[in-house]
Amino acid sequence: MADPQYPAEGGLGQGHDEVQLRYRDDELVDHASVTVDSFLAQSNASAVRIEPGDDTRELLRHLERIRLVEVNFPSFGDGRGYSAARILRESGYDGEIRAVGDVLVDQIAYMRRCGFDAFAPERPLNESDVEAALNRFPHVYQAAADSRTPIWNLRHGDAA
Amino acid sequence: MYLYDQYDQAMVDARVAEFRDQAQRRLDGKLSEDQFKPLRLMNGLYLQLHAYMLRVAIPYGTLSSRQMHALADIADKYDRGYGHFTTRQNIQYNWIKLEEAADILADLAKVEMHAIQTSGNCIRNISSDHFAGAAADEVTDPRPYAELLRQWSSFHPEFAYLPRKFKICVIASDRDRAAMKLHDIGIQIVEKDGEMGAAFYVGGGMGRTPMIAPCIKDFVPLDRLVSYAEACLRVYNRYGRRDNKYKARIKILVHEMGADAYAKEVDEEFAHLLDQGVEPPFAELERIRTFFEDPAFAAAGADDEIDRSDPDFALWVDRNTHAHKADGYVSAVVSLKPVGGIPGDATAEQMHLMADLARDYSFDELRVMHTQNIVLPHVRKSDLHKLWTALDEAGLGTPNLDRIGDIIACPGLDYCSLANARSIPLAQKISQRFADNGKEETLGELKLKISGCINACGHHHAGHIGILGVDRKGTENYQLLLGGSEAEDTSLAKITGPGFTEDGVVDAIETVSDLYLSSRVEGERFIDTYRRIGMTPFKEALYG
Repeated sequence: MADPQYPAEGGLGQGHDEVQLRYRDDELVDHASVTVDSFLAQSNASAVRIEPGDDTRELLRHLERIRLVEVNFPSFGDGRGYSAARILRESGYDGEIRAVGDVLVDQIAYMRRCGFDAFAPERPLNESDVEAALNRFPHVYQAAADSRTPIWNLRHGDAA
Repeated sequence: MYLYDQYDQAMVDARVAEFRDQAQRRLDGKLSEDQFKPLRLMNGLYLQLHAYMLRVAIPYGTLSSRQMHALADIADKYDRGYGHFTTRQNIQYNWIKLEEAADILADLAKVEMHAIQTSGNCIRNISSDHFAGAAADEVTDPRPYAELLRQWSSFHPEFAYLPRKFKICVIASDRDRAAMKLHDIGIQIVEKDGEMGAAFYVGGGMGRTPMIAPCIKDFVPLDRLVSYAEACLRVYNRYGRRDNKYKARIKILVHEMGADAYAKEVDEEFAHLLDQGVEPPFAELERIRTFFEDPAFAAAGADDEIDRSDPDFALWVDRNTHAHKADGYVSAVVSLKPVGGIPGDATAEQMHLMADLARDYSFDELRVMHTQNIVLPHVRKSDLHKLWTALDEAGLGTPNLDRIGDIIACPGLDYCSLANARSIPLAQKISQRFADNGKEETLGELKLKISGCINACGHHHAGHIGILGVDRKGTENYQLLLGGSEAEDTSLAKITGPGFTEDGVVDAIETVSDLYLSSRVEGERFIDTYRRIGMTPFKEALYG
């Protein structure tokens, strides 16, 4: 797992969109994301923001021009964004997927597994707590959007 | 019995460490109750009326003797010397201190148990047929598939924040002993043209809007089981309602979309997921199956004939044993419903005894029934008298399986912060009344289920007779329902009319059961008579 890159002071975004954790090496997208509806209506946007009720699959025809997908979590208990991220990864999207909004330390590990690789939480997270949460569980049972080998493959000879 | 390997153990141990850290932060005041709540709920720790309650998962209701001993030890060490077996085949402890909760989880981990995902809006403990691996009528043991789904659903990253909780049940017989069609997903392992597969029933449930799950796929090949389940969950996670907690279960989604439209969405998602490598290697299913092979049953012998000379024993044999697939064996039900007792409660001493009896007479294995009793699944007929004698001496020999005294009851207002009315004292009164008046014997099979609120943990919708406790202007009031069934002939009970007081509803039950006795024709159970004559005569008897 790559070390997170911490954007410099005064880097991208304002307010609650401040990226606190980023697990990618490419350049930050430096323009604001647009709604799914706006994105589908205009041909030049490369950053889009998914709300819980949006259908992620509408974006799949345009993946080649997307560099950033923000997935908004208005409340941590609304888990639709996890499916959104996995669907993007399963469709071959390899740009940034950034969780924004009510993102808490207890959600980070599952979000990483679903394909999120950047986090802009409303309230900044304690980074040592994040580190502990990401390293807490030594294995995973099931396949997801990350590259971890499920326990049931480890049992039958696959390498970790 | 499934046994943990290094991987299973490492995951459970990690969870204990995580929770110990979270509980300590709460005790140190670094976490508020609001922040701690979602964390403790992921470990089955509820804050109830009087204390914390811990719900421990018993996967598909199967326990070893060692595990049952450990549950007894926890009752002694951390609770008040008893535990409560639930309609989800789990056990709950009602008097837990937060300071000790992590120690309990550590004690559980030592015997390959945990409280992971026993609450929260995630996939809960997988339930199954309590006679799995023993029943003469099953096509195969359903538990390997339940275990596979247990692993798949444990710490599932996409489905930890579903619209609402999610309950899965797996059976493998046309006889439904697990209320399969009243689950979010009910799976029946079936055989078709010599191949085994899974039929999926999706969108059943009880609660305030009871629904019977429609079959959305009659045959999923076993090497695609996980992919299909994943598709069902993803469609629910994406489209299930989140605007209203009371409309958030998958039953509402399936009902509002229509079963065909839901099934079509699932099929599309399934087709997509087949290329995504989510299915476990088939060798894993084969590995799991080896843990559920038959124990070494003795060959049938001359002493298979049961000596029925003791009438009390003979009655218990008739009532509380179930046909076994192996000659010379039966499954024996240990009733946790003594006359006037609290349904589903067992003391630490009783748990230790059941564990010892399982070691001596049932290949070390026990099951929890959703009806809140315990099964010794593999008992040799020649051992039955010794078993019964030991049970009877400990108050565990009540011969009332599926009788009116075998009541399902939720914890109710005695414990639960959601309840509107008490369930336990009512169950005790009914049990006592029908023991005293001698009618239990005459009434035959009669399933009575009591819930202390509309959430229906006591399965009142599925009772031949159901009782729902409500709050009526500050007073406990009980509605009476008739005609439910959680078996293969699943049906939902209907309310008779205006509710009753606590004593009034006991009288009302006697009224409807008397009407059954005077109306039944040869061989009819209560439910059969109700279905034949309908609600009207019962209403007339109650309110006329």
